[in-house]
Formats: sequence, C-alpha cells, structure tokens
Amino acid sequence: MECLFGIQGDKFTIIVADTSQVQSIVVQKTEEDKIMLLDSHKLLGTIGENGDRVQFSEYIQKNILLYQFRNGIPLSTAAAANFTCGELAHALRKNPYYVNMMIAGYDPEEGPSLYYLDYIATLHKVKSGALGYGAYFVLSLMDKYYSKNMSLDAALDLVDKCIAELKTRLMGAPPNFVIKIVDENGARELAWRKTVEDINGPRPTPATPIEVKSPPRHISFRSPSPSSKERKGKGRQK
Amino acid sequence: MSRRYDSRTTIFSPEGRLYQVEYAMEAISNAGAAIGVLAKDGVVLAAEKRVISKLLATSKSTEKMYKIDDHVACAVAGIMADANILINTARLQAQRYTLAYQEPMPVEQLVQSLCDTKQGYTQFGGLRPFGVSFLFAGYDKKFGFQLYMSDPSGNYGGRKAGAIGANNQAAQSMLKADYKEDITREEAVNLALKVLSKTMDSTSLSAEKLELAELSLTPEGEVKYRVTTPENLNKLLVKLGITQVVVEEQ
Repeated sequence: MECLFGIQGDKFTIIVADTSQVQSIVVQKTEEDKIMLLDSHKLLGTIGENGDRVQFSEYIQKNILLYQFRNGIPLSTAAAANFTCGELAHALRKNPYYVNMMIAGYDPEEGPSLYYLDYIATLHKVKSGALGYGAYFVLSLMDKYYSKNMSLDAALDLVDKCIAELKTRLMGAPPNFVIKIVDENGARELAWRKTVEDINGPRPTPATPIEVKSPPRHISFRSPSPSSKERKGKGRQK
Repeated sequence: MSRRYDSRTTIFSPEGRLYQVEYAMEAISNAGAAIGVLAKDGVVLAAEKRVISKLLATSKSTEKMYKIDDHVACAVAGIMADANILINTARLQAQRYTLAYQEPMPVEQLVQSLCDTKQGYTQFGGLRPFGVSFLFAGYDKKFGFQLYMSDPSGNYGGRKAGAIGANNQAAQSMLKADYKEDITREEAVNLALKVLSKTMDSTSLSAEKLELAELSLTPEGEVKYRVTTPENLNKLLVKLGITQVVVEEQ
C-alpha cells in the first residue's frame, strides 16, 4: 500500500515516501528509496508500477541534466514539472507509464515549490499533497494540521502524525519511510522513519568487483584435442 | 585555383576559407543597415528601409523588424526571403519551448537554435548558406535584457551595441566611440538614430526610410515590444536635429 506525500513550508519543501517494494503478497524489500534527486535543487518522489517508476524518473533526471549541460543554466522547478507532465502526457496514449509523482524544488527567485503529478498527467502546483492509498488518510490530516509557512519542526511533526495514522488505519501499512528536503542549501535526505530492518541489511555500495584470476599455466585453452591428452599421458609414463 | 572552391559551400579552399559563406556576408554588407543598442532598461533596434521604387506600396507594418515571441524581437539585414524562413523556424522553436516548459525560452537558446540551423547550411552539401544577419533583442528572467548579433556562418555573440548591413564597420566604430555604460533607453534611441543617419547614403532621413523598435519592461514587469509609428519617428528625428526638413523651412 504505497504512500507519497509532500509539504511546502517556510523556505523549504519536504517529500515523504514509503520504502517498500511489494510483489503480490510478498514484501521484497523495505529500503527502496523512491525519492530521486533530479539536480542540486530538485526532488522527484515516485510511486506506481516499479519498473515504470525507475525508468521514467531516470529518463526525466537525465533529460534535466542534459538541459543543464547544453544551456549552462538549470531548469526552474516549474519548467521541470511542466516538462515531466508533458513527457507523461505524450506517453499516455502510446505506451503509458503508471507513475504518480510529487516534484519539489527550490529556485532563487521563486523560493520553494511543490507539484502534484499523477499517472494521467494531471499537474497541480500545491502547498501540500499526497498520492497512493496513504493519501486517503494523509490528506485529511493535512487539512487539519497544515498551516502556511510552517516551520521545519512543525512539518516533521505533521509527517510523524501522518505516519502514525497510516500505521493504525491503513491495511498493510508500509513499515519504513524516507524523508527528503529541498531548501536554498540544496536537495538532500533528511531522515528515515523505520520500524523494520531488512534482514540482509543495506546492500554494500559500491559493489566489490569480482576478481578475475588468470588461468593456471598448465591449462591450455587452445587445443583441447585428444592429441594433447596423449602427450600428457606420454609425459607421465616417462 | 580558388575558383574550384567557389561553388562549394561545404569545402575549404586551400587557404582554409569557405568562399560561399564569405560571399553571403558580402551580400549582406550591401543590404540596408540595422543597428541595435543595449540599454540598462531595454533594447533599441533601428533599421534602414530601402525605398527601391516610388511605385512600391510601403507596407503598413514593419519590414525589417520581426517579433519572434513576446520577449524576443529581431532586426534583419540581407535577403528577406531567406530571413523569412529563419524567422519562421525561430518562432516555431520559441513556441515549442513554451509548450514543453510553460515558460518563455531563454534568449540565448533561441539565438543558438537559429544559428545551429545557419551553421548546418555551411557544412552539409548541395545548399547555399542563408544570406542573412540578425540582431536579436530579448529579455529573460535570468539575464535581463540582451542583444545578440549573428552572421551567415552561424556565429553569434552577445553585444552592447552592434550594426549589420551596409556600412556596418563605420557604424560599429561610431558605436564603439559613443557607447556609454548604463545608457538609458532614450539615450540609446538617440545614439542608434544618430549613427544610422551618419552611415546611411541618403542625405535626408525620414520615417519612410527608417524603422525603430524598442523592447522594454512595463511597470508590472511584463515585456513590451513597441514599434515607433512614422508620425512619432518624424517628430523624434526633428527633435534630434537629424532631419533637415526643419532647417530648409526656416
């Protein structure tokens, strides 16, 4: 039961996402990071079909980086959101991606901003928003407790209220959540809310490369023909 | 020897030159001049209209100034037929950008996309380069007012003031001498008209032979492109003492 929500506060925006990877009734993973850093000052939170989610968000991220390389200036958050919406809308009637998104960013002129974008390419600029099954509970909590230009502490308090509510009311509530923030200092991970550790623990990064050993000298790869066998046999007899 | 390389746009001559591109630039220096001046509160474009025949119906709108988007305009020197093609692609690019990003296209990107098209015709075979130079006046949030100049080779550069077309070298050296930092739009208009009046062949200037356009910001912060009407332009010319008509009457 996926959950993604965002809150725009005083000079910052935070995005919260569950970190469960579920296949049928099996929880495959509980530390899947669903919030991507698009560039230094942009966050993209995604939920939906997992393959689509990864493919689409990487496609957007790479395109935004390409824009920066080509033009020497970063896209504004509004432009990035509209671009993402356009790409999603373009794909919708051909090979649709099932991805719901929250886009957060910080611009020097505009300040913080938050965008809601669902899989049928509905784009809204919002102050707070939620997607997934969790949204049924989170939205009402936000109506009650959200205030304009709330402080980071107040926003995190609201996040914790939302997570607590999900855990009591949402069937199959995800155990772990990741919280990321974007403000004038950039986009970064802020905190985790964990109730379960993956048994295997986090994957070692970077993966250690497999050591390639050179084959022992007496093994010949060139001619595994019967003649070489015969020669070996003769050698032993001596 | 060089004759062999004259007819090929895409092949270097042994001296390392692209003749067709140079000829295109030559064609432009015979065309009517255009001048652009960047001011701190706007950009001014002025251009010479060549009246070829008395029978020609002068167009009501501008002949050498074109609005590309709400925030970009350009002045042309060279073959108008070629310019129309490029202006069309520039307008298309600007609208495509707005469609994708829902915000106006940064000016330099627009200039660059157009110059990419121009460059293509100096490299891919069987075609001739565009015989046009442009002066682009634009505004964007990031860099404010900007002025760019481009030539048929696909080169472009940001300018404080620039001249294209007939007598462009004389005009540029005059601009270099008279341009001041932090010039206001009004001063820029004066400068552009003064330089144009001195470099144009005709002795008396009038609104029939000139076009003037300005890009500025409204108090609300919106970009405004305004073409000076012939009546106002005549008044301005008299005020600046450029038109001799007043003197003759006296």
